[in-house]
Amino acid sequence: MEKSLNWREFIITRLIQTSGYSAIVFVALIFFFLIREGAPTLGEVDLANLFSVRWYPIEDMFGILPLITGSLVVTIGAMLIAFPLGIGTAVYISEIAPRWMREILKPLVELLGGLPSVVLGFLGILLVSPFLRVFLDLPTGLTAFTGSLLLGGIAVPTIVSVAEDALDAVPRSYREGAWALGATRWQTIWRVTLPAAKSGALTAVMLGIGRAIGETMTVMMVTGNAPVLAIKLGSLFAPVRTMTATIAAEMGEVANGSVHYHMLFFIGMTLFLISLAVNIVASSVVFRAKKRAERILS
Amino acid sequence: MKRLTLNRHLTEQIGFTAITILAMVTVLPIVGTVIYILIQGAPAISLEFLTGFPRDGMRAGGIFPAIVGTLYLAVGTSIFSVPLGIAAAIYLAEYASDTPLTRTIRIAIINLAGIPSVVYGLFGLGLFVLFLNFGTSILAASLTLSIMTLPVIISTAEEALRAVPQSFRTVSVSLGATRWQTIRRIVLKESLPGILTGVILGLERAVGETAPILFTGAAFFLPRLPNSPLDATMALPYHLFVISTQVPEMPVQIQYGTALVLLAFVLTMNLIATVIRSRARARRQW
Repeated sequence: MEKSLNWREFIITRLIQTSGYSAIVFVALIFFFLIREGAPTLGEVDLANLFSVRWYPIEDMFGILPLITGSLVVTIGAMLIAFPLGIGTAVYISEIAPRWMREILKPLVELLGGLPSVVLGFLGILLVSPFLRVFLDLPTGLTAFTGSLLLGGIAVPTIVSVAEDALDAVPRSYREGAWALGATRWQTIWRVTLPAAKSGALTAVMLGIGRAIGETMTVMMVTGNAPVLAIKLGSLFAPVRTMTATIAAEMGEVANGSVHYHMLFFIGMTLFLISLAVNIVASSVVFRAKKRAERILS
Repeated sequence: MKRLTLNRHLTEQIGFTAITILAMVTVLPIVGTVIYILIQGAPAISLEFLTGFPRDGMRAGGIFPAIVGTLYLAVGTSIFSVPLGIAAAIYLAEYASDTPLTRTIRIAIINLAGIPSVVYGLFGLGLFVLFLNFGTSILAASLTLSIMTLPVIISTAEEALRAVPQSFRTVSVSLGATRWQTIRRIVLKESLPGILTGVILGLERAVGETAPILFTGAAFFLPRLPNSPLDATMALPYHLFVISTQVPEMPVQIQYGTALVLLAFVLTMNLIATVIRSRARARRQW
């Protein structure tokens, strides 16, 4: 009996250990399969074509610049919206709101994080884009700006939750010190609490950017999906196409193993590397590394 | 001097008002969205809508196969991700010490959480659909969603496990229990509500996602229910995508109805998780 117990203990411990390592295995597997299917692109598409401004796969034109600028424009727009809203809401929840308000707002913001992006895209098509078309007098409401607006909403919960954590981590004694010197609560927030939580707020914004670049369904549904180079100021109010939307829209109709297929995996590989970079930079910012990691994930 | 003080307080008031407005601008649209979909979608909900098949090129009839498909995917996802996620959390909370390997695991988990959902779709296509030859199937989609939900489950479960006081373990081990017995009978039992919350939040994400199942298991339209895990399936989020972008002259009411059913899934899970969490917190005796 004693012996069988030991055996069982041994096996279970090994099983648990293996599961613990699984996360590393999965990241490696994902990277491996993206490279396996994406790397052939470099042999099939010459660089001049790859970095051209025409994305027209049917005629073997695989210029990724329109897709990259499309992703950039939408992401920058989203951050211009999500940054003030996210940080503002975090400050409100952690510094200003009365306790009962906090108890209502926190689950609500969490709920926003859980709303399926396809539902937001759906509302974008039916409500936001017709409104913007009329309001801004545009030929179509399906523009980069529409995408930015909705994407901002998707990035906000991440920013709020991480930034609020950072504000929460500022020791109470800092605030008390400022109050004792006669500062108002507003001055304390602005000149003491926020600067003290700066690195955490930065992390929040980084992770928000990560979410915005990776978002797929909403942008595919509302940005109009036109692969044109978006470098003029007016591009914000014109249709664009992002990297994620390109994969989602075209992968279904592509022959396995074709150049186009490899190309879409190549774009996926690029997205993977971007998210890897964003996450590594975000987690290396010094700010209660562990607690933050937990918040990002929950 | 008097004026200066007044200004300070005026500034504070203006600042507070501005921040409050920002917070409301963030929160009110969420509430508005939910209520709007509820109002617009409610008239579409009927027994026929919930239990019928789509007819007339999806412009009439119900969404039964999409509801069933979503349930299949949720069950399939939990079969893989719940045991694996909880085991990994147990490893991190109970066995792992702070070594470079453990830190690598944590970085890997954070990165898993950050990978764009459509990239998960590509990975699932490359590994499960093509390499392992599962085809576009419930199995391939569930496995893809499992890996996507894993980081949420691991991190919330680990947090729950860590919240159990060390003394519980010490006492159990001193009474002659082995490490695994202690974990199973004491630590897991005490942290169950927290783990459950994480599992539900993870599955909530899986239920609402579209991009990972686009090329791994979602069917545009299936005139019957899937027969085996190797069949493709309809699913609510993909169906909503299809009827709002691919089907011309789609009645708006059916679109709102579908959105409402999907939202009901997500909101219910969210609500259950919130209730479990707050009840566990209130009842906690340590």
